[in-house]
Amino acid sequence: MSPTFEELSVGQDIGGRSIEVTRQDLVKYAGASGDFNPIHWNEAFATGVELPGVIAHGMFTMGAAVQLVSDWAGDPAAVVDYQTRFTKPVLVSDTTGTGDAGAVIDVSGAVGALDADARTARVDLTVVFDGQKVLMKAQALVRLA
Amino acid sequence: MTINPDLQGRSYPAAEVYDVGREKIREFARAVKATHPAHFDVDAAQGLGHPDLVAPPTFAIIVAQRADAQLIEDPEAGIDFSRVVHADQRFTHHRPIFAGDRLVAELHVDGVRAMGGGAMITTRSEIFALGDGNGREPVSTTKSSILVRGEGQ
Repeated sequence: MSPTFEELSVGQDIGGRSIEVTRQDLVKYAGASGDFNPIHWNEAFATGVELPGVIAHGMFTMGAAVQLVSDWAGDPAAVVDYQTRFTKPVLVSDTTGTGDAGAVIDVSGAVGALDADARTARVDLTVVFDGQKVLMKAQALVRLA
Repeated sequence: MTINPDLQGRSYPAAEVYDVGREKIREFARAVKATHPAHFDVDAAQGLGHPDLVAPPTFAIIVAQRADAQLIEDPEAGIDFSRVVHADQRFTHHRPIFAGDRLVAELHVDGVRAMGGGAMITTRSEIFALGDGNGREPVSTTKSSILVRGEGQ
């Protein structure tokens, strides 16, 4: 069920989800997006440019986090604006062949602001990896019926 | 290598057309672990009033990063891609992107700011859908800042 504007209030929780990430997921995202920077799939290259290891694409994290909002809104087309700053990398361990996650990203969201004229809600996302926020000012503007 | 300060205010006209295919929307949606049926099932998308599959909210990054590549690969720009870090990103959708859209992007360099030995470069892509004939419709505006790390940064 999609929310209607009138039933929303600022501070309202829209729920959360955990996203498990593997090195294979990063290869898939590289192929799907066309971003083949080797820091997202090659350990030696990543450590060679002074990173602690292979890191997720910021755009992978941003893209995966917004699914919470699409599902809550009932229609991904309701997301009319979406922004973030990338503040910390998501380090993805090599768990190839084990079935374990290489990283777990926790996403939660709350209504941050409402605009009655535009009938939009701003959803503020909290996106955490390893106890630290990896996205800052992650905000999705949702147009509601 | 230093960033050319004259980049600010430069723009790159719309180059190649990006044809949005249903399988590409499904592939991108799976890659960001999206499960909403409007990305996968044409009937579900049409049931929400859309003409075809709906692209995920960050799908436009494919088109925007192709436009950015014109700048990054421009030898006059002086950008070392291996030292590029994505600092921030914004998508403003004037309408959703649908399967069947034919998109073009105009790239604008809105800001170049020296930071230590590197630079922060802010770009904006204006993405349009081509209509029949000469018309084009604004679809998305994407803004991104990239930090080009200097030596020792």
